[in-house]
Amino acid sequence: MDLLSLAVKSIFIENILLASFLGMCSFLAISKRLHAATGLGMAVIFVQVITVPANWVIKRFLLQPGALAWTGIPALASQDLSFLTFICFIAVIASLVQLVEMIMDRFFPPLYQTLGIFLPLITVNCAILGGSLFMMERNYSFPESVVYGFSSGAGWALAIVTMAAIRKKIRYSNIPDGLKGLGITMIITGLMAMAFMCFSGIDL
Amino acid sequence: MADNLKKTVVDPLSENNPITIQILGICSALAVTVKMDTAVVMALALTTVVAGSNVAISMLRRFIPGRIRMIVEVAVISTLVIVADQVLKAYLYDISRQLSVFVGLIITNCIVMGRAEAYALQNPPGLSFLDGLGNGLGYSLILILVASMREILGAGTWLGWRVLPQGYVGNGMALLAPGAFFALGLIIWIQRMMTKKFETE
Repeated sequence: MDLLSLAVKSIFIENILLASFLGMCSFLAISKRLHAATGLGMAVIFVQVITVPANWVIKRFLLQPGALAWTGIPALASQDLSFLTFICFIAVIASLVQLVEMIMDRFFPPLYQTLGIFLPLITVNCAILGGSLFMMERNYSFPESVVYGFSSGAGWALAIVTMAAIRKKIRYSNIPDGLKGLGITMIITGLMAMAFMCFSGIDL
Repeated sequence: MADNLKKTVVDPLSENNPITIQILGICSALAVTVKMDTAVVMALALTTVVAGSNVAISMLRRFIPGRIRMIVEVAVISTLVIVADQVLKAYLYDISRQLSVFVGLIITNCIVMGRAEAYALQNPPGLSFLDGLGNGLGYSLILILVASMREILGAGTWLGWRVLPQGYVGNGMALLAPGAFFALGLIIWIQRMMTKKFETE
């Protein structure tokens, strides 16, 4: 599959939030304010672009069956460490997020001021770990994993920014008491998911 | 004391339900509920992991330095999730294929982290175990409700048994993503109408 159609596919057709339900918790909590939603969306794109390829490297040279062949030690060449996937991926994500935060703080203070407060939140955002796990399950190549990281993050950002804009408008409408807050947000997300399903007819 | 214990287990079932009230762990609640059998397996896996991680973290609570507690929690939780994943792969291979990445995503399931942070770090292991069990069951309850709605409307079956007459044409939307959002939205609505606890936005 070429890279452009992979990008279109993971932004619109298989949107990581609306079709795979990943990152719902921060989506529901942060979409109350448009400004914060934009910031978090940007931060997710940024972290996805770094973590998905990083985890690809970990998977290729450490975890998959026979991955340790590059060490040249015969005893290691036949090892299959794939049962360690989860703990390695989450450790990579947690430490990369920390590292990115420190580098940003030191060299790009303006960027840190906009994205900084969202970075710790991101470690426990399941869209990040989910992105890496999907990358592994679907056997993406390295360029594909870079594109997938960017576009799944972009899809998530698109969904949360749209949602924040809708919630801003909905504040003035008359909603049944029981649906206020979480209830109506779920229903609107359902409608958004339906709208995004129109893309599923596109054959790439 | 006995009242207190009972409250720890029963509270999360409705009054303080992790999904509908605490808004934790929604991702997997939506993704695995297309069919009853995946939902039940996921519910069991999550309940085991929450109860286990609560006990482990509560036993370690005096030794974990405050600054690095998150990473310790994540390490404990992912070890338990690896065990759960290996067990599922060994005994329920088909279902573990269908659950795909979502078993792994128990690590970032906010319920597990949330209960470890909010409860296990302050309470003794016994109580933490009950709290984990209660929250796991509260999660399971919602999962089973959503999955029942979706499987019955979408395919006319429940746990594989046909409950609606043979001629029933399945409602495709219930099986797709929007169906999950609507089902959970409706459950939240019904629950808030019953408990009369409303959000003010």
